[in-house]
Parts: sequence; C-alpha cells; structure tokens
Amino acid sequence: MSSSSASPSAAESLEVTSTSAVTVHGPSSVPDAGYHMGVVPEVVHDSPAATPVKFYQVGSFAVGNRLLPVSERSVQSDPKRFNSLTSGHRACQGCGEALGARYALDAAMRAADGQLVAVNATGCLEVFSTPYPETSWRVAWLHSLFGNAPAVASGVAAAYKALGRDEIRVVAQGGDGGTVDIGFGCLSGMFERNDDVLYICYDNEAYMNTGVQRSGATPPAARTATTQAVGADPGNVFGQGKDLPRIAMAHEIPYVATATVADLHDLEAKVTRAMSMRGARYIHVMVPCPLGWGTASCDTIKIARLATQSGLWPVFEAEYGEVVASTPIRRQVPVEDYLKGQKRFAHLFNPVRRDEVIDRLQAQADRNIRRYGLLPEAVSPTLPPIAEEANT
Amino acid sequence: MLTQLEGSMAVARAVAACRPHVICAYPISPQTHIVEGLSAIVKSGELPGCEYVNVESEFAAMSVAIGASAAGARSYTATASQGLLFMVEAVYNASGLGLPIVMTVANRAIGAPINIWNDHTDAMSQRDSGWIQLYAETNQEAADLHVQAFKIAEELSLPVMVCMDGFILTHAVEQVDVPEVDQVARFLPPFEPRQVLDPDQPVSIGAMVGPEAFTEVRYLAHERQMQALDVIPRVAEEFRAVFGRDSGGLVRGYRLEDAETVVIALGSVLGTIKDVIDERRERGEKIGALGITSFRPFPLDAVREALGAAKRFVCLEKAFSVGIGGIVASHVRMAMSASPIANYTIVAGLGGRPILKSSLHAAFDQAVADELPALTFLDLDHGLVDRELARTRAGRRSGPAAENILRDLGAVRAGSR
Amino acid sequence: MFEVRIHGRGGQGVVTAAELLSHAFFADGRHAQAFPSFGSERTGAPVVAFCRMSDTPIRVREPVVTPDALVVQDSTLLHQVDVFGGLKPGGFVLINSTRTVGQLGLEEMEDGRCQILTIPATVIAREHIGRPMPNLVLLGGLAAFTGLIHLPALLEAVRQHFPGSLGDKNVAAATAAYDLVLSLRPTTAGEHTKESAGAHSA
Repeated sequence: MSSSSASPSAAESLEVTSTSAVTVHGPSSVPDAGYHMGVVPEVVHDSPAATPVKFYQVGSFAVGNRLLPVSERSVQSDPKRFNSLTSGHRACQGCGEALGARYALDAAMRAADGQLVAVNATGCLEVFSTPYPETSWRVAWLHSLFGNAPAVASGVAAAYKALGRDEIRVVAQGGDGGTVDIGFGCLSGMFERNDDVLYICYDNEAYMNTGVQRSGATPPAARTATTQAVGADPGNVFGQGKDLPRIAMAHEIPYVATATVADLHDLEAKVTRAMSMRGARYIHVMVPCPLGWGTASCDTIKIARLATQSGLWPVFEAEYGEVVASTPIRRQVPVEDYLKGQKRFAHLFNPVRRDEVIDRLQAQADRNIRRYGLLPEAVSPTLPPIAEEANT
Repeated sequence: MLTQLEGSMAVARAVAACRPHVICAYPISPQTHIVEGLSAIVKSGELPGCEYVNVESEFAAMSVAIGASAAGARSYTATASQGLLFMVEAVYNASGLGLPIVMTVANRAIGAPINIWNDHTDAMSQRDSGWIQLYAETNQEAADLHVQAFKIAEELSLPVMVCMDGFILTHAVEQVDVPEVDQVARFLPPFEPRQVLDPDQPVSIGAMVGPEAFTEVRYLAHERQMQALDVIPRVAEEFRAVFGRDSGGLVRGYRLEDAETVVIALGSVLGTIKDVIDERRERGEKIGALGITSFRPFPLDAVREALGAAKRFVCLEKAFSVGIGGIVASHVRMAMSASPIANYTIVAGLGGRPILKSSLHAAFDQAVADELPALTFLDLDHGLVDRELARTRAGRRSGPAAENILRDLGAVRAGSR
Repeated sequence: MFEVRIHGRGGQGVVTAAELLSHAFFADGRHAQAFPSFGSERTGAPVVAFCRMSDTPIRVREPVVTPDALVVQDSTLLHQVDVFGGLKPGGFVLINSTRTVGQLGLEEMEDGRCQILTIPATVIAREHIGRPMPNLVLLGGLAAFTGLIHLPALLEAVRQHFPGSLGDKNVAAATAAYDLVLSLRPTTAGEHTKESAGAHSA
C-alpha cells in the first residue's frame, strides 16, 4: 500500500470533487439531490458533494493544525482526502457514528490508496448514508443484510484473492447490534478463518435505528426502550452483555483496538495501523448517540471523553490476543461525571440517587483501569475502595 | 468423460469444470459429499484461482457467496433442508440484488420432525424467492444442469438453484459423462458482471428502495424470470451443440403423443414413473409422463402444450402445501385454466419413503378410472394416523405426536398388536 | 435387468460392496446403479444396499424389491430382518457363515426355489486381508455363483478403490472366494471366467 496521500485529482482549490462515476443500484429517479442515480458530473461547484472544506485553527489536535508537521496531521485535515462519506447524509445532529465513519473510512482509503471496498451492515450508518434515492458513499459500497456483514466481507476478500486482485482492501462496518448480537456468528467465523477484513464496529450501545432497544453492548443500568427506567430495578441489568474487544482478542487475530470519537486522531492512527496488516482485524469505536443517550448534540465528543477518562471505556490495542498498548487516563473523573450528562442514566439520580448502582459502575471502571493499566499504580485516594470483582 | 461415480462427485467435478472463483461450504446431509469433493479438488491444486471457504453456517455460506459475486467472482455453494431455511434471508437478498450465484440443493425434508431423507419440501419452500429452480432427473442431468446454471445465471443476473434428490441421486453410483473443463470453456464464457464493486468506478449496492420504486424493482425480477423462459431452452440447445446430449430445458415429455392420462413430476421419481408408464402402455393404456425441469420460472405454456388433449393429469409430488394440498398441481391447474381437465394430486416419498412401482400402479389404476380422491398420500398408514388421533381425543397430555407414532410403529413391528 | 440386494450391518462395507459391484458392471460395458437404503447408519445397525445391472439405461429408483441375487454379510440378520423378501424364483442367495444352509435353519430354502450357498467370508477375509471385512470376499463369491460378474472387472474395481497392498490383499481374498464357489458350484460360473473386461474402462 502506498503511504502517500493520493487522492482524486483536484485543482488547487479546496473543493473536493471526484471524476469517478458514483451510482446507486436501482431504477432511475429524482434529480437534484446530491449523488443520485446516474453519473456525477466532473466538477460541479454548486453540488453539495463539492462543498468547499473550511478549516478553523483550534487547539493542538484539531483538523488543520498548521503547527504539526504534515505527516502527523490528521487525514481529515488534508483537503485532498477521499471524502468517502460525503455531506448530504441524513444523520442526526451530533451523530457520533457519522463522525467516526468519516474519519475511519478516509484513513482506510488513504492507507489503501483508494483501492478499497466497504461492506456495511443494516443499521443507522447504512440507513442515513443511503437515503433513497441517494448515497453519500464515494467508495465502492455493498449493503446486504443485518447479520451478515462479516461474512459478506469475507466473500469479497475471497473473491479478490481468487481473482488475483488482493491489493483491493476490504473494510466491513456495522453497529453494535449488527456486530455483537445478530452478526456475532458471522463475525466469529471471519475471525477464526483470519479472513483479510478490517471490521469496524460503531458502538452506540443499543439498536438505535429501530428506536433505542437494548443490545448485547448496552451497559448495565442504561435506559433503553426494552430496558426501561421503571420498576424496582430500572434500566439494563447487571451481569449481562458482551465485551466484544476481549472476545475478538480471544480469537487471537492480528489486531484488535478500541477507540472513541473523543480522540479522532487516535482513531485514524489505529485504522491506519490496522490497514498495514493483513488478516482479520477489529476496531471497536465508541460513538455516542445524542438521541439514544439523551445528550446534547454538541456534547458527543465530550461524553466520549468522559467515558474514557472515567475508565468505563478503556482505550487499548491488542495483537494476537495480547494487549500491546493502552491509552492512559489523563485526568481521571468519577463515573458519575460521565453518567449524569446522559438522560439514559437519569434514573440513577432522580427521583433518588442510586448509589449502589453508581458504585457498581465505578467498580467496573476501576476494574478496567487495573486490567488495562490506565493509571499509574497509585490509585487516587478519593476513589471508593475496589468492589468485589465477581459482582461486575 | 463417461465415468461410473457417485452423483455428488459428478456434480463436484462439473462445478469444478466451470472454474468458479469462490466456493463456500457448510456441511449438511445429504450434500456433504459434494462440498467434500470440491474441497479435495481445490486443495489438490486442480482448480487454481479458486478460494474454498469453510463457513460457520449456511447463512454465512450464502452471505460469503453474495460478497464474492458482488466483487465479480463466479460463486457457488450447496445446501439442503434446514440449511436452506437457515439462509433464507440471504437467499432473498441474493436474488433481490441480482447476483448470479449457483447453488445445489440436495433435496431433503424439513423438520420438525427431523428427517435427513429426500423430499422436495426444502426447494419448494423457496419457490417465491426469485431464484431460478431447475430439477434434475438423473445424475447426468444434475451434472449438466450446473454447467447450464452458470450460463443462465450470468446471462440474466439471477441466481439459480439446481435441485437434485438427496441420497437418491447424490448417493447413487451410476454412469455420468462428466463435463470437462475444455468442453465447458467452449460453452460458458468468463463471468462478466452486470454490476460489480470496483474502487475505480465506485457504486453503492444494496440501498433502501421506498414505495416509489419498490414495485418496479420487484416487477423487473419477475420480468427477468419471464426472460428465463426463453433463455433456458436456448441454453439447453447450446449445451446440446457442445456436449452432444439433451439436458435441461423447461419440460420433457414421455410417450405423450396420444396420452389420455399424463403423470407429472419433478426429479428422480420420473425414472420410476417411466418404467410404470411403459408397463401400462404394454397393456394398451394411453398414458404418458411430463417431467418439469424448470419449476421457476414455471413454464405455463409448455405445460399446457404438453398436456395437449389429455383427459386428466396426475401430479406426483414430493412436497405439499400444508392446509391446502398439492403445489405442482396448483401450478398445472393454472396452466390449464382456460380449459381445465380432471386432475389428481398424489403426495409421495415424503421424508424419503420409497416410491414403489407397485404403489404407483395401484394409484394410477384408480386415477384412470377417475376413482382417486383429489388429494391422496401414497402408502399412508391409516392405522397409525387413526390411533394418534384417538390418543389426542382421549386426553390433553397426549404427548409428542411423532414419538407416539414411532412407538406405535415399533410395537406393530414387534408384533405386540 | 439383474438386481442385487446386499444385507449387512453398519461398518461391514455393505455400501462399498454395492458400489464396487456397479463399477465391475460398468467396466464390463453395462449400465449399473448402486445405492444404499437409508436407515440410520450407525455401526452395527442393519444396512441394505442395492445394485442393479442392465444393458439399457436404468431409470427406476425404487429399492430392489425383487432381487435376483441376495448377499447376506452378517448371518445374525437372518432371523431378525426379512432378508429374503421378494427373492425371485431361481434367485441366488450367498450367505457369509461358517455353517451350512441347514445349520442356519434354512433347509427349506434348498427345495429348489432358489440357489443358496454359504461361504466363510469372514474367515477368508481374515486370512488374506487380516481384517474381518467380508464384503469384497462375498463379491468374489457372487461372481462365481451367478456367472454374471466378470472377475477381472471386479478385481480392477477393487484395485482402484483400494490402492497398494490393501488392494492386493482384497484381490487375493475375492479370488479365493471365487475359486471356492467355483469348486462348490462349478456349473454356470466357469464359462465367464476367461472373458475380458467390457467396452468401458473404469
């Protein structure tokens, strides 16, 4: 793979255009709305696809930081990025998944020098990115079913291997529902065969597209439509759920990583690292959902950061089943700081504080901190004593 | 080359001769020998440029085939019975996306109760899925149909199911002129997809289609199967030109010229039926048979034409639609709707029960005398049925019906009645 | 058409026997169809396999209901399963046993309704192959008994299925049974022994 940031040819302007045709499979349609059935004209200044990219200089890790050497800048800061998921999609304001997918795919496209195919599971990403009759995808993209994205991606990879075209890389993506639950069998199959696919799971911790129902990734105590905040034990129960990154590690595949949209540069770096390898690779990305979590749409990145800084969402990398790196917590916060900003945890504070639940969640966070070495050995004296591991 | 071999192996070699790029395999009786055979062929290096993927379920098998086909690879898988059902979501997805996948269905009954033996329930359950469905009468035809299937599928951009009777054909050893690579190469051009995932010309495949266009997309699927009514016979002709034998096509008649009674069936039972026809013809009876090779698309015109001036038809079916009756018969009645004739459905061979010539003779005796009920189950043991019904009337906790019947059967066999 | 039905138990190579028989017929330029009946196939359970032979294409798919020849690989089946059902008048019955027909309690079958013979196939197998696998031994015997199976074609089929020394041993065992049956029933078999394999090479 080339490491240079090749891109569709573009003029010196900041407009991102494409000379390749982009079409949606299906009968002909409604004109006048972004990418639609038919060939996109070469340079269209008025088309939303050619929205000029504007950069604002803010902070050390933001897009467009001119203080960083070019090679260290994010993929997104490059006006010649592939723009795999272009504007015009129908994601909610503040959608973590739209943000994560854009960063991840553009990084993957750069690493693959544009030779990439994306396979998508049914879910929010698939639905908001391909609102009939349009598509926001500027990469070759296939959506089959809810539970089979890993298998379909394995098929694409097998095809390219058979056809002698395995310079074309395969990325599969899906939400937590499609990955952790209904797609789990296919995911495990892809892992154990070590098929040459990078699978990215965008985890918003519930089946969001169908109305916020509980999934195997829904954290304990969270309110969803099928674990409502009613009764003696409101919200999702403790003692259930799957830790997909650890399950992926148990398959001893070449690369497993977690990431969040709070550290997008880290997400890009992990995708890039994964793309430098072959075989089955898995990245699990936390993508807060303002609607489902009951957070303000401007707080998506902040909430994700609180998750990592509390220890509830450990950020790490593993290779062949062993953790090789973890991101230390910079400024630890108690889990309460993370929970109280989300309506899906409101019942832990109102009408009464449920300290026993909050404490159990804190114990989970502490366990992650110990397990992944997220803090130096000295534990802050203000944290409560570590609860019994067996309960968490 | 003419070889004496097991049906499954004939199919494996025929498929290999078509040079597929991706074979995905999940084992289920009675298809296992096919995928095992292909596994050996690929692993030995006899089939270069082919990836053999051992998948974790039939749902994965069809999904892998979908991905591979969308990427431009000639793709193949095989299943039966429960496995076919397990992949149904993907079966519909494949035809909806218009991917020319070829799949063998080694016809087997569907549980509960679990049964590994032959009948047509599995493929019949998918008759509305949008797949082309072809039924093989012999192992020769089974091998040949796979070769034709790739051509039909790729020309129409529709997936094709080749149905062959599980165990009866898959596990029978008989002579087959196995299609060879060079012959197939003269018949089947390289796969040129109508749509393909190509980073240099990116398209989005699999988007949602709303009320504005869904009808049109589905209509086009039907339209393509209507085109198949022309493509299938044409491909059979082209096959004959290269391979020198008749195989495939829409329907095949046997001694229909002046037949007053026509027996209609799919698959291997036609062989037994032909022997029965010959015996009855010898006694002067005007009886013939019609084999339906293409069940989807259903060749209404060809069937009507074949029935000609017959007085009655008898559908011998290895499946039935619970709650109403014969499936093939309902289709033939549709073909004959302008000029209906007397007709009978005989459901036979369910769950692998042998279809005996003697039983067929007895049933046909009744049919030609128009004394057969509209729907009969061949060789049904009324005693077993009646005793189970009596048990259910006797009390609420009558127990699992299948187990009761088996126990009853065991008692009868042991002579304790 | 000539129809053979082979009875045995799971693990005794009944299905293989039927298949190899079909290969022998094919090598002889004939149409042959072999298939098992599909009961539960666990080791020890009764198993039946069929082989039909004809000079014209075989279309029928029903189990062999009226066999021209019966092979019983395991004599414990004799009074447990109806192995003789449908046997054609004058049909051949070959039973694997060290006992005589009379000692097996089948003396009534020696009344001329069929041709019936026992050979100690397991013993012959142990002697030549080193394993108590009587299936191919019985085929050798059947070849001599019926005169319809050419020994060279059968042996060629055996060699193709069992390459190397195992093939040689099976060939020796089958030949031993052939010779034994010839010595017991020298009438019909002799004329066919020297004929070569037929039109198709297997």
